[in-house]
Amino acid sequence: MTNELDIFVGNTTLIDEDVYRLWLDGYSVSDAVGLRVRSGILEQTGATAGVLQSDTMDHYRTFHMLERLLHTPPKLLHQLVFQIPPSRQALLIERYYAFDEAFVREVLGKKLSKGTKKDLDNISAKTGVTLKSCRRQFDNFKRVFKVVEEMRGSLAGNIQQHFLLSDRLARDYAAVVFFANNRFETGKKKLQYLTFGDLAFCAELMIQNWTPGAVADSQLDDMDVDLDKEFLQDLKELKVLVADKDLLDLHKSLVCTALRGKLSVFAEMEANFKNLSRGLVNIASKLTHTKDVRDLFVDLVEKFIEPCRSDRWPLNDVRLFLNQYSASVHSLDGFRHQTLWDRYMVTLRSCLLRMYHD
Amino acid sequence: MPGKLKVKIVAGRHLPVMDRASDLTDAFVEVKFGNTTFKTDVYHKSLNPQWNSEWFKFEVDDEDLQDEPLQITVLDHDTYSANDAIGKVYIDIDPLLYSEAATVISGWFPIYDTIHGIRGEINVVVKVDLFNDLNRFRQSSCGVKFFCTTSIPKCYRAVIIHGFVEELVVNEDPEYQWIDRIRTPRASNEARQRLISLMSGELQRKIGLKVLEMRGNAVVGYLQCFDLEGESGLVVRAIGTACTLDKLSSTAAFLPACNSPSKEMKEIPFNEDPNPNTHSSGPSTPLKNQTYSFSPSKSYSRQSSSSDTDLSLTPKTGMGSGSAGKEGGPFKALLRQQTQSALEQREFPFFTLTAFPPGFLVHVGGVVSARSVKLLDRIHNPDEPETRDAWWAEIRQEIKSHAKALGCHAVVGYSESTSICEEVCILSASGTAAVLNPRFLQDGTVEGCLEQRLEENLPAGCGFCHIPYDELNMPFPAHLTYCYSCRKQKVPDVLFTTIDLPADATVIGKGCLIQARLCRLKKKAQAEANATAISNLLPFMEYEVHTQLMNKLKLKGMNALFGLRIQITVGENMLMGLASATGVYLTALPTPGGIQIAGKTPNDGSYEQHISHMQKKINDTIAKNKELYEINPPEIPEEIIGSPIPEPRQRSRLLRSQSESSDEVIELDLSHGKKDAFVLEIDDTDAMEDVHSLLTDVPPPSGFYSCNTEIMPGINNWTSEIQMFTSVRVSRLSNINLTNQTLNKNFNDLCENLLKSLYFKLRSMIPCCLCHVNFTVSLPEDELIQVTVTAVAITFDKHQAVQTTKTQVEKSSQRASIDNEELLQFPLELCTDTLASHPFSSAKEHLESTSSNSGIPAAQRDRCNSWIELIKLKAQTIRRGSIKTTMPVEKASPLTEGHFRQRSAPACANSTVGVVKMTPLSFIPGAKITKYLGIINMFFIRETTSLREEGGVSGFLHAFIAEVFAMVRAHVAALGGNAVVSYIMKQCVFMENPNKNQAQCLINVSGDAVIFVRESELEIISTQQPIASCQPACSGGEIAT
Repeated sequence: MTNELDIFVGNTTLIDEDVYRLWLDGYSVSDAVGLRVRSGILEQTGATAGVLQSDTMDHYRTFHMLERLLHTPPKLLHQLVFQIPPSRQALLIERYYAFDEAFVREVLGKKLSKGTKKDLDNISAKTGVTLKSCRRQFDNFKRVFKVVEEMRGSLAGNIQQHFLLSDRLARDYAAVVFFANNRFETGKKKLQYLTFGDLAFCAELMIQNWTPGAVADSQLDDMDVDLDKEFLQDLKELKVLVADKDLLDLHKSLVCTALRGKLSVFAEMEANFKNLSRGLVNIASKLTHTKDVRDLFVDLVEKFIEPCRSDRWPLNDVRLFLNQYSASVHSLDGFRHQTLWDRYMVTLRSCLLRMYHD
Repeated sequence: MPGKLKVKIVAGRHLPVMDRASDLTDAFVEVKFGNTTFKTDVYHKSLNPQWNSEWFKFEVDDEDLQDEPLQITVLDHDTYSANDAIGKVYIDIDPLLYSEAATVISGWFPIYDTIHGIRGEINVVVKVDLFNDLNRFRQSSCGVKFFCTTSIPKCYRAVIIHGFVEELVVNEDPEYQWIDRIRTPRASNEARQRLISLMSGELQRKIGLKVLEMRGNAVVGYLQCFDLEGESGLVVRAIGTACTLDKLSSTAAFLPACNSPSKEMKEIPFNEDPNPNTHSSGPSTPLKNQTYSFSPSKSYSRQSSSSDTDLSLTPKTGMGSGSAGKEGGPFKALLRQQTQSALEQREFPFFTLTAFPPGFLVHVGGVVSARSVKLLDRIHNPDEPETRDAWWAEIRQEIKSHAKALGCHAVVGYSESTSICEEVCILSASGTAAVLNPRFLQDGTVEGCLEQRLEENLPAGCGFCHIPYDELNMPFPAHLTYCYSCRKQKVPDVLFTTIDLPADATVIGKGCLIQARLCRLKKKAQAEANATAISNLLPFMEYEVHTQLMNKLKLKGMNALFGLRIQITVGENMLMGLASATGVYLTALPTPGGIQIAGKTPNDGSYEQHISHMQKKINDTIAKNKELYEINPPEIPEEIIGSPIPEPRQRSRLLRSQSESSDEVIELDLSHGKKDAFVLEIDDTDAMEDVHSLLTDVPPPSGFYSCNTEIMPGINNWTSEIQMFTSVRVSRLSNINLTNQTLNKNFNDLCENLLKSLYFKLRSMIPCCLCHVNFTVSLPEDELIQVTVTAVAITFDKHQAVQTTKTQVEKSSQRASIDNEELLQFPLELCTDTLASHPFSSAKEHLESTSSNSGIPAAQRDRCNSWIELIKLKAQTIRRGSIKTTMPVEKASPLTEGHFRQRSAPACANSTVGVVKMTPLSFIPGAKITKYLGIINMFFIRETTSLREEGGVSGFLHAFIAEVFAMVRAHVAALGGNAVVSYIMKQCVFMENPNKNQAQCLINVSGDAVIFVRESELEIISTQQPIASCQPACSGGEIAT
């Protein structure tokens, strides 16, 4: 005797958080049943495997029906078919849009296109995240991207408004969208040590300071997704700091004087100053090229972090150096682009400090 | 032209994309009522159109208002081809037709399509202006209130309970008309939905007319069913209990009826209208102008719905209003005479109620049921549904005679059902034979203090157990003993009933759900032969179901069943029987004996061993169950029971002295110590199976209880968390060579597994109780069994239980002592007040009349004559420390209330969609129902031709049931309500054809839409009453225009 049909419908939709997690993680019904059995639920409740199978199927079916609504979370709030308490609705949405660190590091900065989607089975094999879950996460990225891409106003705010995510998750999505839009390279081997947190931190600062929205007073120009073209153009002006030999020497002596005796790696700093400064300024001046924008993080690691790391600079010394390095420019009489320098360096300094770890 | 219906279409949202090119929709709306149709403008290119239409006005008869549903169709405008339908909304405007219910229907309704399901929502506002109509021959019955609830609704008081009303209408089923071959499935489904909606409107109106004829103003326990008879047609039938209800205003719960009730009894019957409020604004005022005769003695046989016939049945009473009340003396005698015969003169003294006002139910005889097998033939003339009527009349007659045989003049908890397979139909009716207190059946308000006195008169909660029939002339062999509570009257050893446990009944421990399940194979046959085969099988099935119930009851150590419902389902090649009931241990009935197993070959050693092993297992189970359900009745030696009634005072001592010797015997040997031990003879494999199946029923996991009655005996501290659910399973029987045994086992497993699944799914609610568990079995195809369960899970507080019981014990003992004092003073009062008008004496009078009425030996009649004896009785109840089981809704201790506040605070967090609770119960724990908004009665069809794409049969039905819930909730919310009580899924007919990738399902649900207020919020709201109904319902001023 087999059950052809087996359903349970509550006036309040029953949501089992554990099963929801298994479903989100992309397990098939039979795998999920296996995992639940192993969790010892049968012993706790005295249920049989058949009961567990039926229960799991039922929850999966409910989630499947809810998935359509989860794609546009405001609909979940207004629909009439499933009566779900608000706290549960929030939980459903938040969990649905949550993503795996391993997965996001693979996709971050890639174009959210069909090509990438085809590549998901490789990513799945590499990260151990099931293909189904990878697809869900990828589709989430893409869906959020499509909705907010052309929108004005705060990026994280828009995401929060249209997807009803928590503050934290909305900011993470803002980073994902920002990276995907600017196609920053994050997959290189030497960048592997950076966590999503590091990169999201940098993205947030860049959104705050380097996009048109950062300076515009009118809402019309407030676009958070692209870098401020004008700003990138202006950055070329910074080149004088390394091109003008006097200016470079003066800058070096100012920094060295201020830091003498304060750094444990003073000698190394003194020896490397010109290389480091050239590196940082050249990065700025090249940002007009799309290709160089994409390589921003590679360049930062190659030109600054790696040299420092090979000389075993402690983090505190890096901080002292960067503070002094950006502050000293204000004392260079011949340099006129102080505001521009600050807009560039304040963000860059914070990013570098965050990225400076093993 | 007595009514104006006004409809406004406000907006739509979440509409489906109808134009692939633009990914948008050009939507407009057609509003149809009767033959009139209005259209809104087309709102171009939007999925969220804002029509904001004018008020569409329909001027209609109130007859049409009752019959017709308002039909709203949303369409997509197409310039070049035909407009595409998006979906429809049917709105039953009946709740707007009586003044006490909703005043406006306003809200978001799901747009429903029978092929695609819900496709977006539409915001609609509906109002009705009624004009007074003085036409005495009118066909409408606006103003009669309908309740699905099978007890007197919470905010009403029953002035009179008139009795049984029934009606049926028949029609051709559109699905089987020739036109169905050429029209689309959608058109066919919609024709069916519309027809059934029309028919139920008509049915309700006709029933309403009968109620008005009886001078009632409401139908309680209204149950409407559909019989899909296939080729032979479609039958919609309904039964209910006509009542005159009086709305309780929240401030004065008890009307001033304390003084001289007997005088009132003379006058009130012929007062114009006991409740002017109900009729004042509705069109139902013409009642006064009609010359009806005195209602209770009239015979309400099936008669045509027009009100001009049968007026002269009781000429004795004279000409209705005004003429009576003058001649006091002779009239009084007449009144009594009528009272006695009030019930006997009725054609069917049936009541669909399952719970009653205190004092209503005097004695319960037992379950009466009748079944008959009929062959369906085509209904030739829909206007004269005589055949179907005759069938039911026959069955009801049988029920009535069964009740008579039990010495009862009435049947309560009455219900009717059918099971149809091809052209064979089984009609079933069942109820509980009972003796009622005629006080409620006539026009006399004798509430208030009289009622309280009456209650004190009766020994607490055992009266209904006493046998109504003659001991020497018993209708069936039964083992009678003296009542264990009062020791005065005889009681049976077990009691089966279809009603809820009376509120004043005393039980020990908790109750539990008991089910008997049975399958019987039958040969496939045609017409007559088939019907004969079924008729022959039926008695055996009834017998076996009964035996199974009895065994299981004994195994649980209990002695009474409540809410018994036996369903016999007919299929192509088998019959299924499923009985569900709630077992309890009634204090008044004797302790059940055990189950004794007897083998057929006593000489065989190993066999003997096997038997004794089984016996031990059974005894262990009984002991375990007693512990589980906390059944620990005070031990009473048998010698006492059979002996003549001893002096109550001495008995307690007697108990002690005599018990010591026999106690041990009872403890040790459950099966042999009692004379009435139930003997199970294992004489063949069948019986062996029976015993095995007895033991396979697994008790629910700890923290779970289940029952099929309204409330669980022994649990009274409900918290406010409830979860109503419907679960459906369809199983395919695998092997062709089925035997009765394998079939039984399969069916048993199906039900047990379903219960286990429910317990598992709801484990987060522990400690909790599944209440009103309602199983329905159907056999949709040859090898398919479908089981549908609807129930509600309610959490309760384990820790509080101890405290509440304690306080209640204290309370009751306190109260008892106060009562005692009062009683002692009573004779004095009686002396000063010699008139018969004293409430107490009139109560006594009632008792007398009751007992004489039901043929109880004369010796018992004067049991209340002596005050001293009464005090003794009282004293006895105190000694026994009986605890009344009351619902926390009514008698919450301060502790409980505090708790509710805590719990409910987070629950009412605001969300965009208002929460609508649904429950099959008549109440909502921790809350008070403040208003009944009208009956919800909805019928839906859903069909698919892409079954696989919709997730197979499970996906299809899951989505459909979720949609049905959503539509019910939306209608309730639009009426301004926040809950549906007495919700029931009356039908869930599912058909599939996986090969064609098709499936179809019909669902019929009903319930009462209400507004409830949490008890914790009640105080706040009472200070600012108008805001009580926060929904648009409060915009009354506007509506009056």
